[in-house]
Amino acid sequence: MNETRSSQLSPQAPIIAPGHTFGSVTDKISSIVLTKSAPIPWYVAAFIGFLCTMMLFYAITYLLLKGVGIWGVNIPIGWGFAIINLVWWIGIGHAGTLISAILLLLNQKWRTSINRFAEAMTIFAVMCAALFPLIHTGRPWLAWYWLLPYPNTMGVWPQFRSPLIWDVFAISTYATVSVLFWLVGLIPDMATLRDKTVHPLLKKVYGVAALGWRGSAKHWSRYETAYLLLAGLATPLVISVHSVISFDFTIGIIPGWHSTIFPPYFVAGAIYAGFAMVLTLAIPLRALYGLHDFITMRHIDNMAKVMLVTGLIVFYGYNMEAFFAWYSANQYETFMVWNRMTGPYWPIYWSLIFCNGVAPQLLWFKKVRLNLKSLYAVTMAVNVGMWLERFVIVVTSLHRDFVPSSWGMYYPTRWDWMTFIGTLGMFVMLMFLFVRVLPMISIFEVRALLPQAKVKEAPAE
Amino acid sequence: MADTAIYGLMAEFQDPSALVEATRRAVDAGYRKLDAYTPFPIEELAEALRFRDRRLPLLVLAGGIVGGLSGFGLQYWINVINYPLIAGGKPYFAWPNFIPVTFEMTILFAALAAVFGMIGLNGLPLLYHPVFNAPGFALASRDRFFLVIEASDPKFDRHATGEMLRGLTAHEVVEVAN
Repeated sequence: MNETRSSQLSPQAPIIAPGHTFGSVTDKISSIVLTKSAPIPWYVAAFIGFLCTMMLFYAITYLLLKGVGIWGVNIPIGWGFAIINLVWWIGIGHAGTLISAILLLLNQKWRTSINRFAEAMTIFAVMCAALFPLIHTGRPWLAWYWLLPYPNTMGVWPQFRSPLIWDVFAISTYATVSVLFWLVGLIPDMATLRDKTVHPLLKKVYGVAALGWRGSAKHWSRYETAYLLLAGLATPLVISVHSVISFDFTIGIIPGWHSTIFPPYFVAGAIYAGFAMVLTLAIPLRALYGLHDFITMRHIDNMAKVMLVTGLIVFYGYNMEAFFAWYSANQYETFMVWNRMTGPYWPIYWSLIFCNGVAPQLLWFKKVRLNLKSLYAVTMAVNVGMWLERFVIVVTSLHRDFVPSSWGMYYPTRWDWMTFIGTLGMFVMLMFLFVRVLPMISIFEVRALLPQAKVKEAPAE
Repeated sequence: MADTAIYGLMAEFQDPSALVEATRRAVDAGYRKLDAYTPFPIEELAEALRFRDRRLPLLVLAGGIVGGLSGFGLQYWINVINYPLIAGGKPYFAWPNFIPVTFEMTILFAALAAVFGMIGLNGLPLLYHPVFNAPGFALASRDRFFLVIEASDPKFDRHATGEMLRGLTAHEVVEVAN
C-alpha cells in the first residue's frame, strides 16, 4: 500500500491512475449520478443535513419574529456570530475558486479531479455566508434600499464610501461569477449525461441543461477561450473579495482591526480554510464512491502542501499582529494583544494558535500527509482554528476598546448556535444533493488528461 | 455540387490523432464547410479546421469597460450628484472609496460577457441539430471522434466525398439526415 502511494507522488506519475479509457472514466463518474440508489451513508448524511437545515429555518423564523435581540449581540459587541460565520464561510468558498481558476492559469493539471466539487463547495459556502449579514439586518426586506442602488420612493441611495456596501457588491459578484464558472464547466458533462441516460425524463432535463451541446470543434475552441478568460477574471476577483471583507474591519479604527496586514492575511487564511474543507469533503467522498483512481494520493499530498504554505502565511500574520502591537508603542494596540492572550477570551486565542499555528506544522512530514487519518485530524483542527480566528478578530477587538467604561462581554445564545449549526447542515445537505444529481468530477476534463488524448503527429511523408 | 437532401456525411474515428489527420486532409482537399465533434477539447483541431474567432476576447474586453464605467458612474451620480451626504468627514467625490465597487462591476460585466458571448457565438441553446440524427453520434460525448462534411459545401458530392472519407482511416462513414 505504501509503495503504491509513494509511486503516485512523483511528478512524472500520471494524474489519473493508469489503465483508464475515455469510456471507462465516463462510465465511472456518470454511474454515481445515473443510478437508482445511493449508498447508505449518503442517506444518513443528507438526512442529518436536512434536519439541521430545518433547525436553521426555525432559528431564522424566530429571529424574524423577535429580532436580533435573541442573539448574544449587544453593544459593544454588535457583530458576534453573524460576522464570524460570514467571514468563515466565505473564506471556505475561496479554495474552490483557487482550484478552478488560479491552478488552471498555473497549468496545474491535477486540479481537474477536484475542481468540480470544490466549485460546488464554493457556491454552497457563499450561500451560507451571504445568509448571515442578510439576517443580521433583522428585517432584510427593509434593508434593500441601503444595500442595493435602485430608485425608491424615499429618494435615498446607498453610501458608497462605506465598506459594507463594497461587501454587497463583492459577495454578489463573487456568487454570480462562481455560479457561471461552474455552469459553464457543466455544459459538456450535461451532454454526456443526456447521451448516456436511458430515462426519458432525465434525458430531457439533462438535454436542456446541456443547451444542445454537440461537441463541435468550433464550439470547443470558443469554450476554451471563454473558460480561460473566466479563470483570468475569477483570479483577481477571489483576491478582491476577501480583501474587501477585511476592509470591513480595517476601515474601522478599533485596535486590532485597523491594520494593513489584513487583506493578504485574510486571503491566505481563506485559501487555508478552503483547502481544509476540500480535504474534509474529498477524503470521505473518495472512499464512499471509490474514486481512488481520480483523486489519488498525489492530489491529497498537493492539497496538504497548499494548506501548509497558506497556514504558514497565516501564522506569520498572527506573529506580525503581536509584533507590531509592541513595536507601534501604541498602548491600545499593546493592550489589545495582551488582552487576547491573557484576557477573558484567552482559551480561544491559544486554541486558535494551536489549531492554526502548531497543528499544521505536522504537515511538514510526508508520513502525516499520506496518512488519511492524521491528515484528517489536521484538517479538522484547521477548520476549527479558522473559525476561532474570526471569533478572536471580531469579539476580542470589540469587547475592550479605548475606554474601560464601554467594555463588555459576548456570549453566544442557543439561537446563535442553532443558526451556525444549521448552516453547516445546509452545506452538507446541498453537497450531498449535488453529488447525487451532477457529476462531481469533470468528465470531459478527465478524458482530456488521459495519455491517449494527446494528438500524435503523423510521420512526415 | 451541393446536395440538400442530406445534411452531410459523417466519418467516425477511434482516436483523436486519426481525426486531426483526417480533418487536415479534408481541408487540404478543398472542403470548407466541415466540422469535427469530439468528447473533449482538442487544440490541434481548430488549427486543422483553420478556425479562428477573435470576437469573444473583444466582447469580454467591452464588457469589462462597460462594467467599470457604469460602476464608477453609478457611484459618482449617487454620492456626488443625486444624494450628496457627508459621511465620516470624507469629500463627496472620495474616489478611492469608489474603486472596490468599480472593480467588482468590471469583473461582473466581463464574466457575463464571456459566458453569454460564448453561448451566443456558438449558437446555443440549440436543442435540435441534424448531427444528432446520425446513428452512434451519442458516443461523441463519450469516446468517439466524428468529422462531418456538410452537404452545403460547394465541393460536396455524395459519392466522391464518401470515397475520400473512407480513404481517411475512418472507422465508418454514414449519411446524416437533414
